[in-house]
Amino acid sequence: MSLAAETHGFLSPTGVEIAFLLVGLVTFGAALVTVTTKQLVHAALWLVVALGGLAVEYLLLTAEFIAWVQVLIYVGSVVVLLLFGLMLTKAPIGRSPDADSGNRWAALGVAVAAAAALVWVVVDAFRATWIDLDGPAAGSTDATGASLFQNWVLPFEALSVLLLAALVGAIVLSRKAKTGVSQPTAGKADTGPVTAGRTQASQATPGKTSASQGTAGKADREGTP
Amino acid sequence: MNDALDVAWRLLIIFVVFLTFPLIVGQTEHKVMAHMQGRLGPMYAGGFHGWAQLVADGVKFAQKEDVVPAGADRRIFQLAPAVALLPYLLVLLAIPIGPSKGAVGEVIDAGVFFVLAVMGVGVLGSLMAGWASANKFSLLGGLRTAAQLLAYELPMLLTAASVAMAAGTVSIPGILDAFRWWWLPWQIVGAIVFFVAGLAELQRPPFDMPVADSEIIFGAYTEYTGLRFALFLLAEYAGIVVLCGLTTVLFLGGWHGPWGADGLGWVWTLLKTAVLAFIVIWLRVTYPRLREDQLQKLSWTLLVPLSLAQIALTGIVKVVIQ
Repeated sequence: MSLAAETHGFLSPTGVEIAFLLVGLVTFGAALVTVTTKQLVHAALWLVVALGGLAVEYLLLTAEFIAWVQVLIYVGSVVVLLLFGLMLTKAPIGRSPDADSGNRWAALGVAVAAAAALVWVVVDAFRATWIDLDGPAAGSTDATGASLFQNWVLPFEALSVLLLAALVGAIVLSRKAKTGVSQPTAGKADTGPVTAGRTQASQATPGKTSASQGTAGKADREGTP
Repeated sequence: MNDALDVAWRLLIIFVVFLTFPLIVGQTEHKVMAHMQGRLGPMYAGGFHGWAQLVADGVKFAQKEDVVPAGADRRIFQLAPAVALLPYLLVLLAIPIGPSKGAVGEVIDAGVFFVLAVMGVGVLGSLMAGWASANKFSLLGGLRTAAQLLAYELPMLLTAASVAMAAGTVSIPGILDAFRWWWLPWQIVGAIVFFVAGLAELQRPPFDMPVADSEIIFGAYTEYTGLRFALFLLAEYAGIVVLCGLTTVLFLGGWHGPWGADGLGWVWTLLKTAVLAFIVIWLRVTYPRLREDQLQKLSWTLLVPLSLAQIALTGIVKVVIQ
C-alpha cells in the first residue's frame, strides 16, 4: 500500500486519470438523468450515453475487447430492443404524466445499497493494483481470452448454460398461445389431453388469463375428443 | 510533432474517402439502374454523362428549407442524422486497404468487434428519427427498422465470428495476414450470409421494408427535408461502401490477389469493393421487396441456421488442419 502510494500519488494525476474521472462523471450524470427524466424515450437515449461512457472507461483501462463488446451488446442491441418496446407503447413525445413510481425511495435505497456493496468489493479486491498503461495492454483480446478460458472457464460455462436455459424458456413462453390455435387442425387424440392440460394450468395462474389464452383454451376443448 | 501530423493526414484521407466514395457509388447507381432499365440516366449536370448529378443534388438539398415539424421532439429530431451518419465514418478508420502498416486508419486490436459494434449504433439514428418525427408512418418505419436490426444482427455477428475463428484473431489486418485462397470456398456460405445480413441492416432493396414508399412513404425519414434528409441518404451510401469494404477484407481476402501483393494490393481491395457495390445496385434493380414476415423468416429460419452451420464447419476444418 505504501509502495503504491509512493509511486502513484493522488495529487498529481496523469492525463488518463483525469479523463477517466471526467468520463465517469458524465456517465454518472447520464445514469441519473436516465432514471429521473419523465420523457421515456429520452431515458432510453440517456441510457445510451451512460453505457457508451462505460465503454470509454473500459477503453481507458486498456480493456479494448470488453469496451467494444459493451457497445455491441448494450448500445447496439439492448437499447434497440428497449426502443422497439417503447415504440409499441403510448409514450407521448413530451413528458409522460404517469412516469413516476411510488417506489422511488425504496428504489433509491436499493440502488445505493447495491452501489455501496459493489464499490466496497472492488476497492477491497484491487486496493493497490495499478494498471501499467505504458507496457503491453493488460486487457487486450489476447489477454482477456487467455484468462477467460484458462482461469475462469467454469463460471463461463455455467453462465452460458444459464443463458441457454433462459433462451429455451423464452421460446417455450412465446409458443404457449400458438399450440392451442394449431390444435383443431391437427386434431390428434394423443397430443390433445396434454395440450389441454397445459392450457388449463396456464389459465389457473392468477392474473395471466389474457384474451388469446382464453380463446386458445376454448379451441383446445373443442379439438379434444 | 511528426506523429500528430501523421494522424491528421490519415484522418484527412479517411474524411475525403468518406465524402467521395458514397457519392461515386450513388452516381454509379444512377447510371447502372438507368442502363439496366433501358434509360440513359442523368446526362446534363457537369457535361460528360451527367457526372456532377449528385453534386447538383447536394446543392439543391442545401438550399432547401430545414423544416422541423411542430409536434416533433426537436432536439432528437435534429440529432438523428448525425447519429446515423457518424458511425460509418468511424468504421472506415478500421478497414485496411493494403498490406503495409500505413494502409489503415488505425489498427484496432478487436477490429471485427469494433466495426460491428459501431455499425449497430448507426441504426439508433433511424430509430430516433422514427420516434421523434411524431408521425405514424415514421413510427412504423422505426419499428420495422428495429425489428430488422434485431433479426439480422445475429447472423452477421456469427459469420464474422466464423472468420475470426478461422484466422485465430479478431484484428482485421491479422485476419488478412492469415488469409489463404482456399478460405474462399471454405467461408463462402458465411460470406453470403454476412453480405445479405449487411444489406438488410442497411435497409437496401430487397430489404427496404422499413422505408417502403408504397406503404409508409419513406419510413423514419418521412418528415425530413433539406440537408438532414441528404445526410440520411449519404449514410445509406456510406453504409454500402462500408459493407462492401468489410465483406472484401473479411471474406474475399482484401489486398490478396494474383500479381498483386507488392505495392498494388490496394487496387485489389478497391476492385473487390467496387464489384460488391455493383452487386448491391444490381440486387436493387432485380429483386422485388420482401414482405415483413418474409424478412423475419429469411433471417431466423435460413440465415441463422446457415451461419451456425458455417461456424461448425469452420471449427471442424480448423481442428482437422491443426
